[in-house]
Amino acid sequence: MSTAFDHPTYNYRVVRAFTIMTVVWGVVGMAIGVLIASQLVWPDLLANIPYLHFGRLRPLHTNAVIFGFGGSALFATSYYVVQRTTQARLFSDVLSGFTFWGWQIIIVAAAITLPLGYTQTKEYAELEWPIDILITLVWVAYAINFFGTVAKRKMKHIYVANWFYGAFIITVAVLHIGNSAVVPVSAMKSYSVYSGAADAMVQWWYGHNAVGFFLTAGFLGMMYYFVPKQAGRPVFSYRLSIVHFWALISLYIWAGPHHLHYTALPNWTQSLGMVMSLILLAPSWGGMINGVMTLSGAWHKLRHDPILRFLVVSLSFYGMSTFEGPMMSIKTVNALSHYTDWTVGHVHAGALGWVAMVSIGAVYHLLPAVLGLKPGAMFSTRLINVHFWLATIGTVLYIASMWVNGIMQGLMWRAFNNDGSLTYSFVEAVDASYPGWFVRVLGGAIFLLGMLLMSYNTWMTVRQAKGNEAANFQADTQAA
Amino acid sequence: MDINTLRALATPIAFVAFIAIFAWTFSKGRKKGFEEAANLPFADDDDVSDIQRESSVEKNTK
Repeated sequence: MSTAFDHPTYNYRVVRAFTIMTVVWGVVGMAIGVLIASQLVWPDLLANIPYLHFGRLRPLHTNAVIFGFGGSALFATSYYVVQRTTQARLFSDVLSGFTFWGWQIIIVAAAITLPLGYTQTKEYAELEWPIDILITLVWVAYAINFFGTVAKRKMKHIYVANWFYGAFIITVAVLHIGNSAVVPVSAMKSYSVYSGAADAMVQWWYGHNAVGFFLTAGFLGMMYYFVPKQAGRPVFSYRLSIVHFWALISLYIWAGPHHLHYTALPNWTQSLGMVMSLILLAPSWGGMINGVMTLSGAWHKLRHDPILRFLVVSLSFYGMSTFEGPMMSIKTVNALSHYTDWTVGHVHAGALGWVAMVSIGAVYHLLPAVLGLKPGAMFSTRLINVHFWLATIGTVLYIASMWVNGIMQGLMWRAFNNDGSLTYSFVEAVDASYPGWFVRVLGGAIFLLGMLLMSYNTWMTVRQAKGNEAANFQADTQAA
Repeated sequence: MDINTLRALATPIAFVAFIAIFAWTFSKGRKKGFEEAANLPFADDDDVSDIQRESSVEKNTK
C-alpha cells in the first residue's frame, strides 16, 4: 500500500498489514472449520484424499484461527495500541517488518506441513521443531519491539492495555519454549524431552495458558483500549483493572491440570487445578464487569453503533464462558463433560463469542483509522450490523448444539443396565449426535458468511481510502 | 531450609502479595495518577475525529 496513508509519527504500515491478514486468516481458518464440521456430518466428504483427512485438517483449523486470525489481530492491535497510548513510534521498523513476514511464513508453513502429516501431536503446539524455532525468533523480535516502544513513552504511566499485552508476550514466550523442548531426530521429526504424565502436564500447562494468555490476556488488552475508545469514555474502574490483572495472571498458570481429570496425573494435582480454576472466576469476571460497566450511562450508543455492539457482546460471551469453564473444571461435572462435544462448545463460546467478536470490533474501529479515515468509518455500517447478527446467531447455534450433544453423549456413555453392562454402545452415541453436528455446520457457516461480508467491507474501505488519497493528491497538484 | 517448606510458603507469600497490591491500588494518593492513566487512550493528538464522531452520535439520539 502507498506511503501516502502514513502517519507522521506512528508506524501504521505494519498495523495495516496485520489487520488485512487478520481478515484473510479469519476467512481461511473458519472455512476449514466449516469443512471439518461437515466431514463429521458427511464422513465420506474428501475421505479418499489423505491430505484432507479430518485428523490433518483439524490442527490446521485450530492453528489458522488461533495463530493466523487471533495472532494477526493481536499483533495489529498491540502495535496500534502501544503507539497510540505511548505516543511513540514503534521501536524498530525493521523488527516490525520481520515480525509480520516471519509470522505469515509460520502460518503458511503450518498450512503446508500439517496436511502432509508433520506434527508433534501436542494440541495447539503441533508444528514441528524448525517452525518452532522460527516462532521463537519472531516472538523475541516482537517482545523487543513492544517493550522498546513502551520504554520510549513520553508519559509516566503505562496504560493497562499494555500491561495485558506485555503479560501475553512474556508468558507465551515462556510457554512456547517450555512445551517445545524436543530432541530432533530428523529435519521434520522430533520427540518431547518429557515423558508420560509429566509430558501431559507440561502440554496442558502450555495448552491452558495458550487459552489464558494468548486468547485471554492479549484480548483483554484489546478490550481495554477499544471498548473505552469506541464508547468515548474511560474505563469504568482503573483500580479494578490493576487488581484483576495481577489476580488473573497469577492464577491462570495453575489451572492446566483440569484438562487431565481422572487420568494418570496425581490426584492432588487434579484437585489443585480444579480449585485454581474455580478461583479464576473472580478475576475473569472482574475484567468482564469492568468492560461492560464502561458503558454505564452510555447504553444508548449500542442502538446506533454495531462496532460497540460487537465489543459489548464479546464481553457477554467472555463472562459466560469464564463461568462455564470453572464449572466444567469441577471433577464431578468434568466426569460428565470430558471428551464430549460440550468441551468443543465451551471452546467456541470463547473463540467465536469472545476472541473473534472482540477482534472483529477492534478491526472495524482501527482499519479506517490506519487508512487515514475516521476511526470506525468503514465503507458500510449497515454491513457491520448484518455481520454482527450473523456472528451472534452463528455462535449461539454452535454452542447450543454442542451443549445438547455433549450432555447427551456424557449421559449415554455412563448409562448402565441393572446387571452392570453398558446401556449404549459407543456408535449409538455417535448416531444420536448427527442432528447436533448438522446444526454446528449451520452455525459455523453463518459465522463464516459474516466474515465474508467483513472481507467485502474491508476491500471497499481500502478502495475508498485509496480514492480519497488520489483525490487529495489531485487537489494538491492543482493548487500547486 | 527444606525445599518443601519453601513450596508451602509460596501460598502465604502470594496471599500477602495480593493484599499488598490491593492496598497499594486503593490507597488514596493514587487516585489522580489512575485518572491520568485511564485517560491515556484519549490523550492522542489525532483524536479530533473521534470527538466529531461522538457529537454526531449524540445528535442522533436527541
